[in-house]
Amino acid sequence: MKSLLKHRLAWPVIALAALLLLNQVFRPDFMSLRMQDGHLYGSLVDIMRNGAPTILIALGMTLVIATRGIDLSVGAVVAIAGAASCAYIAASPEPGSPVTAATAVLIAVVAGLALGVWNGFLVSTIGVQPIIATLVLMTAGRGVAQLITGGQIVSVSNDSYKSIGAGYLFTLPISILITAAVFALAAVLTRRTALGTLIEAVGINPVASRLAGLRARNIIWIVYVFSAVCAAIAGLMISSNVTAADANNAGLYIEMDAILAVVIGGTSLAGGRYTLVGTVVGAFIIQTLTTTVYTLGIPPEVTLVFKALVVITVCLLQAPKARNLLSRFKAAPKPAAKEAAKEKVAI
Amino acid sequence: MSPLSTLTPLTVKKPSPARNRLRGGARYAPTLATVGLFIAMFAVGAGMYPSFLSGQVFLNLFIDNTFLIVLAVGMTFVILTGGIDLSVGAVVALSMMVSATLLQQGWNPGAVIVLVLLIGGGLGLLMGLIIQYFDIQPFIVTLAGMFLARGLCYVISLDSIPVNEAFFTGMAQAQIPLPGDLFVSPGVLLALGIVAVAFFVLHHTRFGRTVYAIGGNEHSAMLMGLPVKATKILVYALSGLCSAIAGILFSFYSLSGYSLAAQGMELDAIAAVVIGGTLLTGGTGYVLGSVVGVLVLGIVQTFIAYDGTLSSWWTKIVIGGLLLVFILLQRLFARKAR
Repeated sequence: MKSLLKHRLAWPVIALAALLLLNQVFRPDFMSLRMQDGHLYGSLVDIMRNGAPTILIALGMTLVIATRGIDLSVGAVVAIAGAASCAYIAASPEPGSPVTAATAVLIAVVAGLALGVWNGFLVSTIGVQPIIATLVLMTAGRGVAQLITGGQIVSVSNDSYKSIGAGYLFTLPISILITAAVFALAAVLTRRTALGTLIEAVGINPVASRLAGLRARNIIWIVYVFSAVCAAIAGLMISSNVTAADANNAGLYIEMDAILAVVIGGTSLAGGRYTLVGTVVGAFIIQTLTTTVYTLGIPPEVTLVFKALVVITVCLLQAPKARNLLSRFKAAPKPAAKEAAKEKVAI
Repeated sequence: MSPLSTLTPLTVKKPSPARNRLRGGARYAPTLATVGLFIAMFAVGAGMYPSFLSGQVFLNLFIDNTFLIVLAVGMTFVILTGGIDLSVGAVVALSMMVSATLLQQGWNPGAVIVLVLLIGGGLGLLMGLIIQYFDIQPFIVTLAGMFLARGLCYVISLDSIPVNEAFFTGMAQAQIPLPGDLFVSPGVLLALGIVAVAFFVLHHTRFGRTVYAIGGNEHSAMLMGLPVKATKILVYALSGLCSAIAGILFSFYSLSGYSLAAQGMELDAIAAVVIGGTLLTGGTGYVLGSVVGVLVLGIVQTFIAYDGTLSSWWTKIVIGGLLLVFILLQRLFARKAR
């Protein structure tokens, strides 16, 4: 039991379970799932479906943060991807055909790819701090998205496109399946090949990893491209769910939610160690928190205050200094090893 | 007079050829580039639109951006220590909401202003304490502060609250005449006063010297026996206080409180500081540069307003582009310094 509690994922999972239980207490039908018209319905499915874009972006963010970086531009990439695909569909001669939808998806993904290459170029080749490098795109990105949509909310009617965010396949929402596929891909690539270890090495010490013969530059490049492509796919989901591209509000503050999910999941912002599963749990916690606020009948505008308190609490719990304080209360001298490890990183 | 004078002890301590090169014109180069850019933009504007070349257009840059100037002053302190404060826009909105609500309930304007300043300063102090004592990155702490302040705005009200109180409307309409049919608003004088105080504090006090020293090298500053902890905490409290003042100035300007106000203003403030020549890694920069940075952002907006054919989103793209150019310039200077 004790060793189970020490597991990195223990606290996030306990928090998620507690939140779900809280909902169950206030709404007895919360956990129930039912089949209707061959689709799976229920609050849990809703949480997963609404959380899919955040999970997707948080997955990309996890790898970026693992290299000791941060990607603030994901919200802007969401807006640009949605704007590009919807503008293409609206302008095409056959706005309803599946081919148009497929091309639109391709355009959005390529746009994400290009923006990721741009971020990666600034961070890895020019050597700009990640916060600032991605701040540029965060500032200019929404302007670019509005440029694409001409300042309008572009709405489209294309059934194939709509199914990305709102459709069902094998009784499950397609957005969940896409997210699961990206998660599986990321997990296999980083945990079954050396890539994950390389990412951690770069996060722990970029200079040392370069001296050790790693192409640190390319690895940094890869994570920013991955992050932006994830954001572009999330942008597709968000715009297809409402069948419209809103350059101003699509993905607003989603970078904050994604960072929050990563931090709650147990990935350290100092880089070097990361957990993809933890990130998914973290994103679920955030989405469930939002649902809980609705369930409890608290005005939804209070959600932000809750999120703020959660970030601070989680960060404090993660901070070595706070842990030291806590362990002093318990009179156990165990975090010494952890402190020593951190010192090494600092040097 | 020279702002460098306070820095000499630091540079003298470890003279190296690279440092010496930076001590000359290169130290001022980013800020001078900004001043040059501003003059060039003003000249181009005057060439394109005859009415651009007037004193009032120049003064309007100050009148329309008083709050941004004050925010940029606070942000300059934070960035000089190598930190960042993402909460400023939300604190501006919170200050506006609190003052609009309390004024509507008939509070005395003086009491409201004092309370708002206490809230802003207190929030900044709290963030500074968490950053310092728990050793958490400023970025994430101020992000939480941003969530908190914005959330509190929504809790107060989702609707826009008008301000009809006599003192606030008086401040909104007041014009201080200048020679030649020109005028400024009282807020401009307040903002310029804050800039002057910040300039004095940064370049002529022990606190200011410590701010530069922390940004240069926090570890060395600590070894030199400087009050690093207290200074870092105070810097965030100062930024919070500046945000609250900016919120009140914004209330004078817009005569309302709205929870969605000042969205993304933290980015404008950071952009102004960076464009003004302050290095994001800390240690180098001038508060006067940040003021010029604000003016550059202001003139971009004026340009787009004058043009008429360009839409407002071009502002964001141009600001992003300028930010990029100046960050690349910074890298160039940093490379030379090494």
